[in-house]
Amino acid sequence: MIGAIVGHVVAHHGPVLPVVLPLVTGALLLLLESTRSAALQRWVPWLSAAATLKLAVVAVLLMVRADGGAVQPYLVGNWPAPFGIALALDRLSALMVLLTALVACGALAYALGGTDRRGLHFHSLFQFQLMGLGGAFLTADLFNLFVFFEVLLAASYGLLLHGRGAGQRQRLQASVHYVIFNLAGSALFLVALGLLYGMTGTLNMVDVAAKLPALPAGDQRLVQAAALLLLTVFAVKAALLPLYFWLPDTYAAASAPVGALFAIMTKVGVYAIVRVTTLVFGAGVAAPWLTTLALATLALAAIGALAATHLRGLVAYLVVASAGTLLLAAGLGTEGALAAALFYLVNSTLVAALWFLLADRVAAARGGSDLLQPRPFGGAWGALGATFFVAAVAVAGVPPLAGFMGKALLLQAAGATPLAMWVVGGVLASSLAVMVALARAGSTIFWKSPHGGAAVADGSRAHPLAIGALATGVLGSALAAGPLSAYTGAAAQQLLQRQDYIDAVLGATPAPPAWDLRREMRERGDAK
Amino acid sequence: MLLLLTLAIGTLTACGIWLLLRARSFDAILGLTLLSYAVNLFIFAAGRPRVDAEPILSGGSATLVTMADPLPQALVLTAIVIAFSMTALLLAIALRANAASGSDHVDSKEPR
Repeated sequence: MIGAIVGHVVAHHGPVLPVVLPLVTGALLLLLESTRSAALQRWVPWLSAAATLKLAVVAVLLMVRADGGAVQPYLVGNWPAPFGIALALDRLSALMVLLTALVACGALAYALGGTDRRGLHFHSLFQFQLMGLGGAFLTADLFNLFVFFEVLLAASYGLLLHGRGAGQRQRLQASVHYVIFNLAGSALFLVALGLLYGMTGTLNMVDVAAKLPALPAGDQRLVQAAALLLLTVFAVKAALLPLYFWLPDTYAAASAPVGALFAIMTKVGVYAIVRVTTLVFGAGVAAPWLTTLALATLALAAIGALAATHLRGLVAYLVVASAGTLLLAAGLGTEGALAAALFYLVNSTLVAALWFLLADRVAAARGGSDLLQPRPFGGAWGALGATFFVAAVAVAGVPPLAGFMGKALLLQAAGATPLAMWVVGGVLASSLAVMVALARAGSTIFWKSPHGGAAVADGSRAHPLAIGALATGVLGSALAAGPLSAYTGAAAQQLLQRQDYIDAVLGATPAPPAWDLRREMRERGDAK
Repeated sequence: MLLLLTLAIGTLTACGIWLLLRARSFDAILGLTLLSYAVNLFIFAAGRPRVDAEPILSGGSATLVTMADPLPQALVLTAIVIAFSMTALLLAIALRANAASGSDHVDSKEPR
């Protein structure tokens, strides 16, 4: 019975579930968290964990469905496509939603080890963040994308500030920068949307894409301006060169599970850039700039990683480096480069999340300091050191893990483009710099430090569980490299066949009503 | 009317950006507020506003020449709600940061 209902809901309303599920859970948790009854409040972490696991199951089911090959539209409120808001599930969206769910599972498991009790409303903010992420990955409407961006940003402001005690001043200061920067970004986003609406009379991505070729030449220039404004806003989220200075401070100030969840946030910007360049505006709109800036981002991220004085700062620059690599591939825009980027994205997101958790454990074992200088190391360091090594191998792109395969695929795809020399040089040099920075950090922390220091006693069984789960994901993406690269290849192919996406969304017919009140009234003679 | 609207958008944007660049959190918040007003007017203007036209389909020949487009107004409404709540949140954060550091500067310390 329940199985039949779940099957029906997933089959008919699947694409909207990654939005609805966290929304309902978050609202419910908000109520539970606000009660004074300790018996009810005890349910909050378990409910949150159950909902996140359920999201992962839904994401897997959606991925299986998307792998069928057809773009699956979902009409919210049953309004036909250009008029109502449409969601659409394709291979890329399904992959991003699954990745979000996996990272969320790891981050939440770690947070259950004590971070969630350091302040109010951690779990409801976490669920609202997941809602914003799910919606941003699934929507086929530009204004809806703006709204989901704001949802995930509003939740991220709360999560960033979450927690009392140590580091609160840094968190407040980082928040002021982060919020001001993103509010200015939102203003630009709205200007771009206003321009696009004025030119085309629609904000449905698919409808805009279909109407753009018919515009007169003068309007094309304005549309191009709007497109570049949009890309600027997405570049803020994705941490492209002149716009990434907010990231290292913000990510370093966030608590460990929040930083892990934020690993997927830069990928929202990358996703949005890939989506609008392939679907709406065409890859030519930012072609020379995107690759150049991405190369410069890679270079600065490498310098930042080498110059970092704290482990968390180093990890934040690893996030910038992975965003730079991804945008480099997105800027190349060929099918092979996109496939390589999507493959690399899976590994780099999981490993970035793992790094944030790992950095917190390392800091705890050294009495709370993540300064990259010899400090007495407390407790057992075998497992921590081994995970550090695996994560370093995965993020630097050394064989045999998936980071290497992703970069190899990217270099292979770049070989056929005119920028081959720059891309190969940039990616290899930044990998080398990251490797040197991590080797230095690892040897300082584990080998040069005396043992027998005092660790912070905040250990919990949840911490190794979360780190183990994410490390398994990182290793798993290497073991399953064959099926994964076949999937990302198919996803890239689907991205470039944009007419299929347009036809699927515009051709979606509203579901027939289960009961037609108006017809019944007509037949009874109650209405004209 | 279009001239008035354009001038208002331009003035608000210019003032907003100038205030935003002052690097004091109170000024920056004021600047963001002005900027969001400008953006709201801009979306409104992008919908080709018309005087004395109803946003209702009536009669046979309903085009943008005879009716006002209701959608930009709905968009502006959403944008207003979001900007308003975000500004309130930013005010709260800035107040806390001010209380914690004793400085109104966005870097939480006075420039030397």
